[in-house]
Amino acid sequence: MGSGIILLVVVAVVALWAIATYNRLVALRNQVLNGWRQIDVQLKRRHDLIPNLVNAVRGAMDFERDTLTAVMEARAKALTATGPADAAQKEGQLSVALGRLLAVAENYPTLKANDNVKMLQEELSATENKVGFARQFYNDIATKFNTAQQVFPANAVAGMLGFQAAELFEITDAAERQVPTVDLSRK
Amino acid sequence: MNLYEQQAANRRRTWIVMIAFVVFLVLLGVGFDAFFFGVDRAFVPVGSFVALGVGSVSALVGYVKGDRMVLAATGARPLADVAAGASEDEALKLRQLENVVDEMAIAAGLPRPPVYVVPDPDPNAFAAGRGPGHSSIAVTEGLLDALDREELQGVIAHELSHVRNYDTRVMTVVAALVGGIVLLSDWARRGMFWGGGRRRGRGSRDGGGAAGVLFFVVWIVAIALAPLIAQMLAMSVSRKREYLADASGAELTRNPLGLARALEAIDGAAAPTTSVRRGSAHLCIADPLGRAMNLRRGRAADLFASHPPMADRIAALREMAFERGKG
Repeated sequence: MGSGIILLVVVAVVALWAIATYNRLVALRNQVLNGWRQIDVQLKRRHDLIPNLVNAVRGAMDFERDTLTAVMEARAKALTATGPADAAQKEGQLSVALGRLLAVAENYPTLKANDNVKMLQEELSATENKVGFARQFYNDIATKFNTAQQVFPANAVAGMLGFQAAELFEITDAAERQVPTVDLSRK
Repeated sequence: MNLYEQQAANRRRTWIVMIAFVVFLVLLGVGFDAFFFGVDRAFVPVGSFVALGVGSVSALVGYVKGDRMVLAATGARPLADVAAGASEDEALKLRQLENVVDEMAIAAGLPRPPVYVVPDPDPNAFAAGRGPGHSSIAVTEGLLDALDREELQGVIAHELSHVRNYDTRVMTVVAALVGGIVLLSDWARRGMFWGGGRRRGRGSRDGGGAAGVLFFVVWIVAIALAPLIAQMLAMSVSRKREYLADASGAELTRNPLGLARALEAIDGAAAPTTSVRRGSAHLCIADPLGRAMNLRRGRAADLFASHPPMADRIAALREMAFERGKG
């Protein structure tokens, strides 16, 4: 009789642990999916913002037509990306073009003093930051999810319950790892 | 220690102090009930439960009311209202604040909290509310003037980390324990004043003789020191959570030196933040009560300060940035 009760208790504890583990993994997996979509949200926001920003500085930065055109072209290319790898590469090129625009704006003292331009530079920086932080959060939450699946005793049941490791966001185009060169000479 | 190790260490230390807190409360409570109601076969420490229950009430009321009370008391105004009437320079700063809060909310995976500005020239910031989704962040005008964007990002990351670590809940539990301990100590002292308990009754004759007497001596000393000890334990928890918020904030920005520079700038401004009351001190990034306690680094300061000494916090952040021994 006594051993029967002990067995029952052990089974109950294991069952409760399994349920708790499953629920925790489900919650993490959903946060990972959300995190991935959040990156897209920020990228789309950047796409929508760029035309307004470029138009606003176009008048003052007339000499920098090349830089402005490069930004608009990169944006157009990014909108037509096919698949995640292609999108990652084109978004990276858009980031480089925007970086050049920011750097070139530094070259105009009167422009720098203009409050409108300062606000626009702030918006450009903030947009790039948000994309970066969205990617950072995705990697952080994906790491938490993978760790939760791989620690003992959860690793015994994770595969059975249908959980797979999440891929971390990474740079596929090696050129993006190079330090960008900034050309401040007037064209 | 790197920022992950520092987070783990501070969470562990919080647990240790909380356990010490509960043990202390139990010591007082059991002694209280034994002293005043005698030790019967079916010993239920009624007095302890009542004290804990009553002590919890005001703590819970504060918790449930959330951020409204704290914000109203400081005169905080919503960011949108402040931006409407701002000059060009201020508008840029306020826009930066809004963007920085957005960025940190994205990095933390939390919904964006409403932002408020407190019209106080002393640089400070605080987070209030029950937890993610029910919290607000407030900064003083002095903070916006004193810090650049990177430093501001560090401060907001620290405050948002208080939210995501549920520090308001932790401090509510602490407040309930302090309330319970103070009540027990108060009742015990009144009880003894009015003529003592049934120590001379059944309890002591059935009790363990010398061991029983020793317990009561220890208990009486504990009663006398209870409010002090409770405050010490509460402040210890508060300091651990501050270190944890620093490390969690560094995880969000991946830039510990930004927050380190912000703390140096805040430390440089000497005046107290008069808008924030004592009860909300633990929610701020720097002690708003004039820092007299936090400036000193002696024993007394270590035990009763709500925030760790700035120099220690800055050193911990530099360590996270692998910059040991500099500055």
